Amino acid sequence: MCLAVPGRVLDIEERDGTRMATVDFGGVVKEVCLEYLPDLQVGEYAIVHVGFALQRLDEESAKQTLDLFATLGMLQEEFGDPWELAAEAGGSPLPAGDGAPVEAQK
Amino acid sequence: MKYIDEFQDPDLARRLLDDIHAAVTRPWALMEVCGGQTHTIIRHGIDQLLPDQVELIHGPGCPVCVTPLEVIDKALEVASRPGVIFCSFGDMLRVPGTGRDLFQVRSEGGDVRVVYSPLDALKIAQQNPDREVVFFGIGFETTAPPNAMTVYQARKLGIRNFSLLVSHVLVPPAIEAIMRSPNCRVQAFLAAGHVCSVMGTGEYPELAERFRVPIVVTGFEPLDILEGVRRTVLQLERGEHTVDNAYARAVRPEGNPAARAMLADVFEVTDRAWRGIGVIPASGWRLSERYREYDAEHRFSVSGIRTLEPAECRSGEVLQGLLKPHECEAFGTVCTPRTPLGATMVSSEGACAAYYLYRRLDLPAAAASKTAAAAEHAGASGTPAPDSTPVPTATATAAPAPHAPREASPVV
Repeated sequence: MCLAVPGRVLDIEERDGTRMATVDFGGVVKEVCLEYLPDLQVGEYAIVHVGFALQRLDEESAKQTLDLFATLGMLQEEFGDPWELAAEAGGSPLPAGDGAPVEAQK
Repeated sequence: MKYIDEFQDPDLARRLLDDIHAAVTRPWALMEVCGGQTHTIIRHGIDQLLPDQVELIHGPGCPVCVTPLEVIDKALEVASRPGVIFCSFGDMLRVPGTGRDLFQVRSEGGDVRVVYSPLDALKIAQQNPDREVVFFGIGFETTAPPNAMTVYQARKLGIRNFSLLVSHVLVPPAIEAIMRSPNCRVQAFLAAGHVCSVMGTGEYPELAERFRVPIVVTGFEPLDILEGVRRTVLQLERGEHTVDNAYARAVRPEGNPAARAMLADVFEVTDRAWRGIGVIPASGWRLSERYREYDAEHRFSVSGIRTLEPAECRSGEVLQGLLKPHECEAFGTVCTPRTPLGATMVSSEGACAAYYLYRRLDLPAAAASKTAAAAEHAGASGTPAPDSTPVPTATATAAPAPHAPREASPVV
Protein backbone atom coordinates (compact mmCIF):
# COMPACT_ATOMS: atom_id res chain seq x y z
CA MET A 1 0.00 0.00 0.00
CA CYS A 2 2.78 2.41 0.84
CA LEU A 3 5.06 0.98 -1.80
CA ALA A 4 6.25 3.84 -3.91
CA VAL A 5 8.23 3.14 -7.03
CA PRO A 6 10.80 5.39 -8.68
CA GLY A 7 9.94 6.32 -12.24
CA ARG A 8 11.35 8.52 -15.02
CA VAL A 9 9.27 11.24 -16.63
CA LEU A 10 8.89 10.69 -20.37
CA ASP A 11 6.62 13.61 -21.16
CA ILE A 12 4.35 16.14 -19.50
CA GLU A 13 1.00 17.64 -20.49
CA GLU A 14 -1.87 19.61 -18.98
CA ARG A 15 -5.11 17.66 -18.86
CA ASP A 16 -8.34 19.11 -17.43
CA GLY A 17 -6.16 21.82 -15.92
CA THR A 18 -4.04 19.16 -14.17
CA ARG A 19 -0.34 18.57 -14.71
CA MET A 20 0.03 14.94 -15.82
CA ALA A 21 3.05 12.95 -16.99
CA THR A 22 3.80 9.69 -18.71
CA VAL A 23 6.24 7.86 -16.44
CA ASP A 24 8.40 4.81 -17.09
CA PHE A 25 8.91 2.31 -14.25
CA GLY A 26 11.57 -0.01 -15.57
CA GLY A 27 9.52 -0.79 -18.68
CA VAL A 28 5.99 -0.32 -17.32
CA VAL A 29 4.52 3.00 -18.43
CA LYS A 30 1.81 4.76 -16.42
CA GLU A 31 -0.01 8.09 -16.29
CA VAL A 32 1.09 10.04 -13.22
CA CYS A 33 -0.20 13.25 -11.65
CA LEU A 34 2.50 15.91 -11.06
CA GLU A 35 0.41 18.41 -9.10
CA TYR A 36 2.44 17.76 -5.94
CA LEU A 37 5.77 18.18 -7.76
CA PRO A 38 4.90 20.91 -10.28
CA ASP A 39 8.49 21.70 -11.23
CA LEU A 40 9.46 18.11 -12.10
CA GLN A 41 10.89 18.02 -15.63
CA VAL A 42 11.09 15.46 -18.44
CA GLY A 43 13.99 13.08 -17.80
CA GLU A 44 13.89 13.49 -14.02
CA TYR A 45 13.00 10.74 -11.54
CA ALA A 46 10.39 10.83 -8.82
CA ILE A 47 8.96 8.48 -6.23
CA VAL A 48 5.46 7.61 -7.41
CA HIS A 49 2.69 6.25 -5.21
CA VAL A 50 -0.70 5.19 -6.63
CA GLY A 51 -0.33 7.44 -9.66
CA PHE A 52 1.07 10.53 -7.92
CA ALA A 53 4.63 11.84 -7.87
CA LEU A 54 5.41 12.62 -4.24
CA GLN A 55 9.13 13.40 -4.09
CA ARG A 56 12.04 13.95 -6.47
CA LEU A 57 14.75 11.29 -6.50
CA ASP A 58 18.27 11.35 -7.90
CA GLU A 59 18.88 9.14 -10.90
CA GLU A 60 21.41 6.83 -9.25
CA SER A 61 19.18 6.00 -6.28
CA ALA A 62 16.17 5.59 -8.54
CA LYS A 63 17.95 3.13 -10.81
CA GLN A 64 19.26 1.10 -7.87
CA THR A 65 15.81 0.84 -6.36
CA LEU A 66 14.25 -0.14 -9.68
CA ASP A 67 16.90 -2.84 -10.14
CA LEU A 68 16.18 -4.20 -6.69
CA PHE A 69 12.40 -4.15 -7.18
CA ALA A 70 12.75 -5.90 -10.54
CA THR A 71 14.99 -8.57 -8.98
CA LEU A 72 12.53 -9.16 -6.15
CA GLY A 73 9.50 -9.28 -8.42
CA MET A 74 7.99 -6.24 -6.72
CA LEU A 75 7.22 -4.43 -9.96
CA GLN A 76 5.01 -7.37 -10.93
CA GLU A 77 3.24 -7.12 -7.57
CA GLU A 78 2.71 -3.39 -8.04
CA PHE A 79 1.67 -3.36 -11.69
CA GLY A 80 0.45 -6.92 -12.29
CA ASP A 81 -3.17 -8.04 -12.51
CA PRO A 82 -4.57 -7.51 -8.99
CA TRP A 83 -7.45 -9.94 -9.53
CA GLU A 84 -5.04 -12.68 -10.53
CA LEU A 85 -2.84 -11.90 -7.53
CA ALA A 86 -5.84 -11.98 -5.18
CA ALA A 87 -7.19 -15.18 -6.72
CA GLU A 88 -3.79 -16.81 -6.40
CA ALA A 89 -3.43 -15.72 -2.78
CA GLY A 90 -6.87 -17.02 -1.93
CA GLY A 91 -6.65 -20.15 -4.03
CA SER A 92 -9.94 -19.40 -5.77
CA PRO A 93 -10.93 -18.86 -9.39
CA LEU A 94 -11.21 -15.38 -10.84
CA PRO A 95 -14.65 -13.92 -10.24
CA ALA A 96 -16.76 -13.28 -13.30
CA GLY A 97 -17.95 -9.76 -13.84
CA ASP A 98 -19.03 -7.22 -16.37
CA GLY A 99 -16.28 -5.61 -18.32
CA ALA A 100 -12.60 -5.80 -17.68
CA PRO A 101 -12.07 -6.04 -13.95
CA VAL A 102 -8.88 -4.08 -14.13
CA GLU A 103 -9.34 -0.59 -15.38
CA ALA A 104 -6.22 -0.21 -17.43
CA GLN A 105 -5.18 3.32 -18.03
CA LYS A 106 -5.68 4.49 -21.55
CA MET B 1 24.34 -14.95 8.10
CA LYS B 2 22.86 -16.92 5.28
CA TYR B 3 20.85 -14.08 3.82
CA ILE B 4 23.63 -11.58 3.48
CA ASP B 5 24.50 -12.57 -0.08
CA GLU B 6 21.03 -11.56 -1.14
CA PHE B 7 21.58 -7.91 -0.34
CA GLN B 8 22.22 -5.54 -3.22
CA ASP B 9 25.56 -4.69 -1.70
CA PRO B 10 26.58 -7.53 0.62
CA ASP B 11 29.82 -5.80 1.66
CA LEU B 12 27.94 -2.73 2.81
CA ALA B 13 25.33 -4.87 4.55
CA ARG B 14 28.10 -6.67 6.41
CA ARG B 15 29.73 -3.39 7.45
CA LEU B 16 26.45 -2.05 8.78
CA LEU B 17 25.79 -5.28 10.67
CA ASP B 18 29.33 -5.32 12.09
CA ASP B 19 28.77 -1.78 13.30
CA ILE B 20 25.52 -2.76 15.00
CA HIS B 21 27.05 -5.87 16.57
CA ALA B 22 29.99 -3.82 17.85
CA ALA B 23 27.78 -1.12 19.34
CA VAL B 24 25.26 -3.25 21.24
CA THR B 25 25.93 -3.87 24.92
CA ARG B 26 22.44 -4.73 26.19
CA PRO B 27 18.92 -5.65 24.95
CA TRP B 28 16.94 -3.10 22.95
CA ALA B 29 13.44 -3.24 21.48
CA LEU B 30 12.81 -1.24 18.30
CA MET B 31 9.45 -0.89 16.58
CA GLU B 32 8.84 -0.29 12.90
CA VAL B 33 5.47 1.27 12.04
CA CYS B 34 5.38 0.47 8.36
CA GLY B 35 4.09 -2.66 6.66
CA GLY B 36 6.58 -2.29 3.85
CA GLN B 37 9.42 -2.35 6.36
CA THR B 38 7.91 -5.35 8.18
CA HIS B 39 7.76 -7.17 4.85
CA THR B 40 11.39 -6.37 4.05
CA ILE B 41 12.60 -7.32 7.54
CA ILE B 42 11.02 -10.78 7.38
CA ARG B 43 11.64 -11.40 3.70
CA HIS B 44 15.36 -10.74 4.06
CA GLY B 45 15.76 -12.21 7.51
CA ILE B 46 17.04 -8.91 8.87
CA ASP B 47 15.77 -9.66 12.36
CA GLN B 48 17.89 -12.82 12.35
CA LEU B 49 21.00 -11.06 11.11
CA LEU B 50 20.87 -8.57 13.97
CA PRO B 51 22.44 -9.27 17.35
CA ASP B 52 20.25 -11.31 19.70
CA GLN B 53 19.90 -8.25 21.91
CA VAL B 54 18.21 -6.19 19.19
CA GLU B 55 14.54 -7.09 18.92
CA LEU B 56 12.37 -5.72 16.13
CA ILE B 57 8.74 -5.37 17.21
CA HIS B 58 6.28 -5.07 14.35
CA GLY B 59 3.87 -2.20 14.91
CA PRO B 60 0.47 -1.34 13.37
CA GLY B 61 2.01 -0.19 10.10
CA CYS B 62 -0.09 -2.14 7.61
CA PRO B 63 -2.91 0.18 6.49
CA VAL B 64 -4.93 -2.71 5.11
CA CYS B 65 -4.72 -4.47 8.48
CA VAL B 66 -5.78 -1.54 10.66
CA THR B 67 -8.78 -0.48 8.57
CA PRO B 68 -11.71 -0.99 10.97
CA LEU B 69 -13.90 -4.03 10.40
CA GLU B 70 -16.95 -1.77 10.43
CA VAL B 71 -15.53 0.24 7.51
CA ILE B 72 -14.74 -2.97 5.60
CA ASP B 73 -18.31 -4.15 6.18
CA LYS B 74 -19.66 -0.79 4.97
CA ALA B 75 -17.51 -1.14 1.86
CA LEU B 76 -18.90 -4.62 1.22
CA GLU B 77 -22.47 -3.38 1.70
CA VAL B 78 -22.05 -0.39 -0.63
CA ALA B 79 -20.19 -2.48 -3.22
CA SER B 80 -23.11 -4.94 -3.29
CA ARG B 81 -25.65 -2.29 -4.28
CA PRO B 82 -27.00 -2.13 -7.80
CA GLY B 83 -26.03 1.09 -9.52
CA VAL B 84 -22.72 1.33 -7.65
CA ILE B 85 -19.28 0.84 -9.16
CA PHE B 86 -16.95 0.22 -6.24
CA CYS B 87 -13.30 1.00 -6.91
CA SER B 88 -10.39 -0.03 -4.72
CA PHE B 89 -6.71 -0.78 -4.66
CA GLY B 90 -5.99 -4.46 -5.24
CA ASP B 91 -4.74 -5.12 -1.72
CA MET B 92 -8.22 -4.62 -0.24
CA LEU B 93 -9.83 -7.44 -2.25
CA ARG B 94 -9.04 -10.22 0.21
CA VAL B 95 -9.40 -8.36 3.49
CA PRO B 96 -11.98 -10.26 5.50
CA GLY B 97 -15.07 -8.37 6.56
CA THR B 98 -17.72 -10.11 8.61
CA GLY B 99 -17.99 -13.35 6.66
CA ARG B 100 -16.93 -12.17 3.19
CA ASP B 101 -14.61 -9.92 1.21
CA LEU B 102 -14.69 -7.70 -1.90
CA PHE B 103 -13.51 -10.61 -4.04
CA GLN B 104 -16.64 -12.50 -3.03
CA VAL B 105 -18.87 -9.46 -3.56
CA ARG B 106 -17.70 -9.37 -7.16
CA SER B 107 -18.35 -13.09 -7.55
CA GLU B 108 -21.89 -12.42 -6.34
CA GLY B 109 -22.40 -9.81 -9.04
CA GLY B 110 -21.21 -6.60 -7.42
CA ASP B 111 -19.38 -4.23 -9.75
CA VAL B 112 -16.02 -4.09 -7.97
CA ARG B 113 -13.12 -2.69 -9.93
CA VAL B 114 -9.45 -2.42 -9.09
CA VAL B 115 -7.66 0.77 -10.02
CA TYR B 116 -4.02 1.72 -9.93
CA SER B 117 -4.77 5.32 -8.96
CA PRO B 118 -7.80 7.04 -7.41
CA LEU B 119 -7.84 9.31 -10.48
CA ASP B 120 -8.79 6.20 -12.49
CA ALA B 121 -11.90 5.90 -10.32
CA LEU B 122 -12.75 9.52 -11.12
CA LYS B 123 -12.37 8.72 -14.81
CA ILE B 124 -14.78 5.81 -14.39
CA ALA B 125 -17.27 8.24 -12.79
CA GLN B 126 -16.97 10.55 -15.81
CA GLN B 127 -17.52 7.63 -18.19
CA ASN B 128 -20.54 6.32 -16.22
CA PRO B 129 -22.65 9.38 -15.34
CA ASP B 130 -25.66 7.21 -14.51
CA ARG B 131 -23.79 5.16 -11.90
CA GLU B 132 -22.50 6.03 -8.44
CA VAL B 133 -18.74 5.50 -8.29
CA VAL B 134 -17.23 4.97 -4.84
CA PHE B 135 -13.51 4.82 -4.14
CA PHE B 136 -12.20 3.07 -1.03
CA GLY B 137 -9.84 5.66 0.47
CA ILE B 138 -7.72 3.95 3.09
CA GLY B 139 -4.10 4.21 4.08
CA PHE B 140 -1.57 6.28 5.96
CA GLU B 141 -0.31 9.78 5.18
CA THR B 142 1.35 8.49 1.99
CA THR B 143 -1.90 7.48 0.34
CA ALA B 144 -3.99 10.39 1.58
CA PRO B 145 -2.65 13.09 -0.80
CA PRO B 146 -3.66 11.14 -3.95
CA ASN B 147 -7.15 10.64 -2.50
CA ALA B 148 -7.37 14.29 -1.46
CA MET B 149 -6.40 15.45 -4.95
CA THR B 150 -9.02 13.17 -6.47
CA VAL B 151 -11.83 14.63 -4.34
CA TYR B 152 -10.54 18.13 -5.10
CA GLN B 153 -10.65 17.34 -8.83
CA ALA B 154 -14.14 15.89 -8.56
CA ARG B 155 -15.36 19.13 -7.05
CA LYS B 156 -13.42 21.27 -9.52
CA LEU B 157 -14.78 19.36 -12.52
CA GLY B 158 -18.31 19.14 -11.10
CA ILE B 159 -18.35 15.33 -11.08
CA ARG B 160 -21.21 14.57 -8.73
CA ASN B 161 -21.47 10.79 -9.03
CA PHE B 162 -18.14 10.22 -7.27
CA SER B 163 -17.57 9.71 -3.56
CA LEU B 164 -14.87 8.49 -1.20
CA LEU B 165 -15.27 5.94 1.58
CA VAL B 166 -12.56 7.34 3.83
CA SER B 167 -10.63 5.63 6.58
CA HIS B 168 -7.24 7.29 6.67
CA VAL B 169 -4.94 6.76 9.63
CA LEU B 170 -1.98 8.73 10.98
CA VAL B 171 1.35 7.47 12.29
CA PRO B 172 2.26 9.93 15.09
CA PRO B 173 -0.90 9.32 17.16
CA ALA B 174 -0.28 5.57 16.84
CA ILE B 175 3.24 6.04 18.20
CA GLU B 176 1.76 7.97 21.10
CA ALA B 177 -0.86 5.27 21.77
CA ILE B 178 1.81 2.58 21.75
CA MET B 179 4.00 4.50 24.18
CA ARG B 180 1.06 5.08 26.53
CA SER B 181 0.14 1.40 26.64
CA PRO B 182 0.94 -0.18 30.02
CA ASN B 183 2.45 -3.17 28.20
CA CYS B 184 4.79 -1.02 26.15
CA ARG B 185 8.28 -2.44 25.66
CA VAL B 186 9.26 -0.18 22.77
CA GLN B 187 12.42 1.85 23.27
CA ALA B 188 12.83 3.37 19.81
CA PHE B 189 10.98 3.76 16.53
CA LEU B 190 11.88 3.41 12.89
CA ALA B 191 9.63 6.03 11.29
CA ALA B 192 8.05 5.21 7.93
CA GLY B 193 10.02 6.79 5.11
CA HIS B 194 7.24 7.46 2.64
CA VAL B 195 4.91 8.85 5.29
CA CYS B 196 7.68 11.35 6.09
CA SER B 197 8.31 12.09 2.40
CA VAL B 198 4.82 13.64 2.48
CA MET B 199 4.55 14.95 6.03
CA GLY B 200 8.18 15.79 6.78
CA THR B 201 9.69 15.17 10.18
CA GLY B 202 8.20 18.07 12.16
CA GLU B 203 5.74 15.96 14.16
CA TYR B 204 8.41 13.70 15.66
CA PRO B 205 10.78 15.79 17.84
CA GLU B 206 8.04 16.41 20.39
CA LEU B 207 7.27 12.67 20.60
CA ALA B 208 10.95 11.75 20.87
CA GLU B 209 11.38 14.28 23.67
CA ARG B 210 8.22 13.45 25.59
CA PHE B 211 8.67 9.67 25.53
CA ARG B 212 12.47 9.76 25.48
CA VAL B 213 12.70 7.49 22.41
CA PRO B 214 14.96 7.81 19.39
CA ILE B 215 12.92 8.12 16.17
CA VAL B 216 14.86 7.37 12.99
CA VAL B 217 13.21 7.98 9.60
CA THR B 218 13.97 4.84 7.60
CA GLY B 219 13.49 3.63 4.03
CA PHE B 220 12.20 0.28 2.82
CA GLU B 221 15.08 -1.45 1.18
CA PRO B 222 17.15 -3.94 3.16
CA LEU B 223 20.17 -1.65 3.37
CA ASP B 224 17.95 1.26 4.40
CA ILE B 225 16.58 -0.75 7.28
CA LEU B 226 20.03 -1.82 8.44
CA GLU B 227 21.12 1.82 8.39
CA GLY B 228 17.99 2.86 10.30
CA VAL B 229 18.63 0.18 12.94
CA ARG B 230 22.31 1.13 13.15
CA ARG B 231 21.57 4.77 13.85
CA THR B 232 18.84 3.87 16.33
CA VAL B 233 21.07 1.48 18.27
CA LEU B 234 23.88 4.05 18.40
CA GLN B 235 21.46 6.58 19.89
CA LEU B 236 20.13 4.08 22.43
CA GLU B 237 23.64 3.07 23.51
CA ARG B 238 24.55 6.75 23.98
CA GLY B 239 21.38 7.45 25.93
CA GLU B 240 20.10 9.89 23.30
CA HIS B 241 16.58 10.33 21.98
CA THR B 242 16.50 12.55 18.92
CA VAL B 243 14.89 12.47 15.49
CA ASP B 244 17.30 11.40 12.77
CA ASN B 245 16.74 11.03 9.04
CA ALA B 246 18.30 7.92 7.54
CA TYR B 247 16.25 8.26 4.33
CA ALA B 248 17.39 11.71 3.24
CA ARG B 249 17.26 10.87 -0.46
CA ALA B 250 13.45 10.84 -0.27
CA VAL B 251 12.60 12.76 2.90
CA ARG B 252 13.03 16.46 3.46
CA PRO B 253 12.29 18.04 6.83
CA GLU B 254 9.32 19.93 5.40
CA GLY B 255 7.97 16.93 3.45
CA ASN B 256 5.93 17.86 0.41
CA PRO B 257 4.35 21.29 1.08
CA ALA B 258 1.91 21.12 -1.85
CA ALA B 259 0.58 17.78 -0.62
CA ARG B 260 0.31 19.01 2.95
CA ALA B 261 -1.65 22.07 1.84
CA MET B 262 -4.09 19.87 -0.07
CA LEU B 263 -4.48 17.54 2.93
CA ALA B 264 -5.28 20.50 5.17
CA ASP B 265 -8.00 21.65 2.76
CA VAL B 266 -9.67 18.32 2.00
CA PHE B 267 -9.36 16.43 5.28
CA GLU B 268 -9.84 17.12 8.97
CA VAL B 269 -8.50 15.16 11.93
CA THR B 270 -10.90 12.75 13.61
CA ASP B 271 -10.80 9.93 16.15
CA ARG B 272 -10.34 6.60 14.37
CA ALA B 273 -10.90 3.01 15.42
CA TRP B 274 -7.93 0.84 14.44
CA ARG B 275 -8.77 -2.77 13.74
CA GLY B 276 -7.54 -4.96 16.56
CA ILE B 277 -6.49 -1.98 18.67
CA GLY B 278 -9.51 0.23 19.28
CA VAL B 279 -10.11 3.94 19.07
CA ILE B 280 -7.03 6.15 19.03
CA PRO B 281 -7.90 9.82 19.57
CA ALA B 282 -7.20 12.21 16.68
CA SER B 283 -5.54 9.41 14.71
CA GLY B 284 -7.37 9.64 11.41
CA TRP B 285 -8.58 11.90 8.63
CA ARG B 286 -12.09 12.30 7.33
CA LEU B 287 -13.34 14.66 4.62
CA SER B 288 -13.65 18.23 5.84
CA GLU B 289 -16.99 20.04 5.91
CA ARG B 290 -16.26 21.67 2.54
CA TYR B 291 -16.07 18.23 0.88
CA ARG B 292 -18.71 16.44 2.92
CA GLU B 293 -20.95 15.85 -0.11
CA TYR B 294 -18.21 13.58 -1.49
CA ASP B 295 -18.23 11.42 1.63
CA ALA B 296 -19.67 7.98 0.80
CA GLU B 297 -20.76 7.49 4.41
CA HIS B 298 -23.01 10.53 4.07
CA ARG B 299 -24.19 9.65 0.60
CA PHE B 300 -25.09 6.04 1.39
CA SER B 301 -26.75 5.51 4.71
CA VAL B 302 -25.41 2.16 5.75
CA SER B 303 -27.12 0.80 8.82
CA GLY B 304 -27.56 -2.55 10.47
CA ILE B 305 -23.88 -3.42 10.27
CA ARG B 306 -23.07 -6.08 12.84
CA THR B 307 -19.39 -6.77 12.88
CA LEU B 308 -17.96 -10.02 14.14
CA GLU B 309 -14.27 -10.85 14.39
CA PRO B 310 -13.29 -14.52 14.61
CA ALA B 311 -12.74 -15.22 18.30
CA GLU B 312 -9.54 -17.15 17.70
CA CYS B 313 -7.87 -14.31 15.77
CA ARG B 314 -5.23 -12.52 17.83
CA SER B 315 -4.25 -9.99 15.19
CA GLY B 316 -4.96 -7.14 17.60
CA GLU B 317 -2.09 -8.30 19.80
CA VAL B 318 0.10 -8.77 16.74
CA LEU B 319 -0.68 -5.24 15.54
CA GLN B 320 0.28 -3.82 18.92
CA GLY B 321 3.54 -5.74 18.95
CA LEU B 322 2.46 -7.79 21.98
CA LEU B 323 2.55 -11.09 20.09
CA LYS B 324 4.72 -12.38 17.30
CA PRO B 325 2.67 -14.00 14.52
CA HIS B 326 4.01 -17.52 15.09
CA GLU B 327 3.08 -17.32 18.76
CA CYS B 328 -0.62 -17.37 17.81
CA GLU B 329 -2.25 -20.81 18.14
CA ALA B 330 -4.03 -20.43 14.79
CA PHE B 331 -0.93 -19.37 12.84
CA GLY B 332 -0.24 -21.65 9.89
CA THR B 333 -2.93 -24.14 10.86
CA VAL B 334 -6.43 -22.66 10.96
CA CYS B 335 -5.14 -19.33 9.69
CA THR B 336 -3.22 -19.12 6.41
CA PRO B 337 -3.26 -16.66 3.49
CA ARG B 338 -5.85 -18.92 1.82
CA THR B 339 -8.02 -19.10 4.92
CA PRO B 340 -7.19 -15.88 6.76
CA LEU B 341 -8.84 -15.25 10.10
CA GLY B 342 -7.67 -11.66 10.18
CA ALA B 343 -6.37 -8.93 7.93
CA THR B 344 -2.78 -9.40 9.10
CA MET B 345 -2.70 -12.75 7.26
CA VAL B 346 -3.97 -11.21 4.01
CA SER B 347 -1.87 -8.27 3.03
CA SER B 348 1.78 -8.94 2.23
CA GLU B 349 2.43 -5.98 4.52
CA GLY B 350 0.73 -7.77 7.40
CA ALA B 351 3.13 -9.33 9.89
CA CYS B 352 1.32 -12.69 9.90
CA ALA B 353 1.41 -13.02 6.11
CA ALA B 354 5.07 -12.03 6.00
CA TYR B 355 5.96 -14.66 8.61
CA TYR B 356 3.89 -17.26 6.81
CA LEU B 357 5.35 -16.51 3.39
CA TYR B 358 8.97 -16.34 4.33
CA ARG B 359 9.50 -18.80 7.19
CA ARG B 360 8.58 -19.54 10.75
CA LEU B 361 6.22 -22.49 10.65
CA ASP B 362 8.96 -24.54 12.20
CA LEU B 363 9.69 -22.08 14.96
CA PRO B 364 8.61 -23.17 18.40
CA ALA B 365 5.90 -20.87 19.61
CA ALA B 366 7.07 -18.12 21.93
CA ALA B 367 10.68 -18.93 21.21
CA ALA B 368 13.07 -16.15 20.57
CA SER B 369 13.06 -15.82 16.82
CA LYS B 370 16.76 -16.08 16.38
CA THR B 371 17.32 -19.42 14.77
CA ALA B 372 20.46 -19.71 12.79
CA ALA B 373 18.64 -20.91 9.73
CA ALA B 374 15.14 -19.82 8.89
CA ALA B 375 12.69 -22.10 7.19
CA GLU B 376 12.95 -21.67 3.48
CA HIS B 377 9.46 -22.84 2.76
CA ALA B 378 6.24 -22.52 4.66
CA GLY B 379 4.97 -25.86 3.51
CA ALA B 380 2.84 -27.21 6.32
CA SER B 381 -0.50 -26.62 4.70
CA GLY B 382 0.31 -27.74 1.22
CA THR B 383 0.40 -24.16 0.04
CA PRO B 384 3.51 -23.68 -1.96
CA ALA B 385 5.55 -20.89 -0.51
CA PRO B 386 6.79 -18.35 -2.98
CA ASP B 387 10.09 -19.01 -4.57
CA SER B 388 12.55 -18.15 -1.89
CA THR B 389 15.69 -19.26 -3.59
CA PRO B 390 18.52 -16.88 -2.96
CA VAL B 391 18.13 -13.74 -4.96
CA PRO B 392 21.17 -13.24 -7.10
CA THR B 393 23.20 -10.35 -5.93
CA ALA B 394 22.50 -7.40 -8.13
CA THR B 395 25.47 -6.57 -10.21
CA ALA B 396 27.28 -3.32 -10.42
CA THR B 397 25.61 -1.71 -7.48
CA ALA B 398 27.38 1.04 -5.73
CA ALA B 399 26.64 2.04 -2.19
CA PRO B 400 23.10 3.26 -1.77
CA ALA B 401 22.11 6.83 -1.85
CA PRO B 402 24.14 9.24 0.18
CA HIS B 403 23.06 9.48 3.76
CA ALA B 404 24.13 12.27 6.00
CA PRO B 405 24.96 10.45 9.20
CA ARG B 406 26.00 12.44 12.20
CA GLU B 407 29.07 10.39 12.86
CA ALA B 408 31.57 8.35 10.93
CA SER B 409 29.54 5.90 8.93
CA PRO B 410 30.44 2.82 6.95
CA VAL B 411 28.08 4.13 4.32
CA VAL B 412 30.28 5.86 1.82
